[in-house]
Amino acid sequence: MKIFIPTPLRVYTEKQDAVEVAGTTVAEALSALTMKYPDFQKHLYTGEGKLRSFVNVYLNDEDVRYLPEGDKTPVKDQDTLSIIPSIAGGCCRTGDRAFGACCCCRD
Amino acid sequence: MLKVSDPVYEAMRQHGEETYPHECCGVMLGRSEDAVNAVTEVVRAGNTRTDSAHNRYHIAPQELIRIQRQGREKGLDIVGFYHSHPDHPAQWSPTDFAEAHWLGCSYVITAVEKGAARQTNSFRLTGHTEETKKFEPEPISVTGQNTPGLGPE
Ligand SMILES: [Zn+2]
Repeated sequence: MKIFIPTPLRVYTEKQDAVEVAGTTVAEALSALTMKYPDFQKHLYTGEGKLRSFVNVYLNDEDVRYLPEGDKTPVKDQDTLSIIPSIAGGCCRTGDRAFGACCCCRD
Repeated sequence: MLKVSDPVYEAMRQHGEETYPHECCGVMLGRSEDAVNAVTEVVRAGNTRTDSAHNRYHIAPQELIRIQRQGREKGLDIVGFYHSHPDHPAQWSPTDFAEAHWLGCSYVITAVEKGAARQTNSFRLTGHTEETKKFEPEPISVTGQNTPGLGPE
């Protein structure tokens, strides 16, 4: 199956935006990826081996975290996995503090 | 350096004016080569933080996957993201930094004051891991269609 790699992690896949791996479950496919490119390990997982909180793994259009079987979900050859770090941010509430003392209003 | 054409640059700034007093957000597609992130087009994203849209933004992963796929079909990569700071300076906030994870990508922030776009700044997320990442200010080169290389500032 194919795993789509986000821009920041392509330095570890010889610039490829997609990697072909073998596996019968999501977990097997991911471990095939980290076997092939060991540098992925620390970017995807914490020291305890848990998927980092800001890393999303999608099986086709479904978040693997919310699949009933999680990463044990069986996969077929034509399925795709996408690794997608989250995008978020923001300023503090305008009303929370005086305008000049806001967290992002630095000199 | 962030390289962007004038219409695309203005499109990002205008997005912030339209969503004022809420934050806007979007994805920049283009090519990344060495020290330059060259933006070809921007894709508006829906801010999924409806609870606190005036001071938070979030792009749903499904939407990112869709945008990444669209880019891929045109040979373009995600090279960065933009958002606005309604009535706040164009500086990254601690939340922006904590929630930035796309190493090597550019994060563009436009200050929108009372509905009008003011300063636009770009910050490159540098470093090789989550633990060593940092935001570095980078110059923005805005190129007109007929005057390549000429920026407004
Ligand atoms: Zn921000």
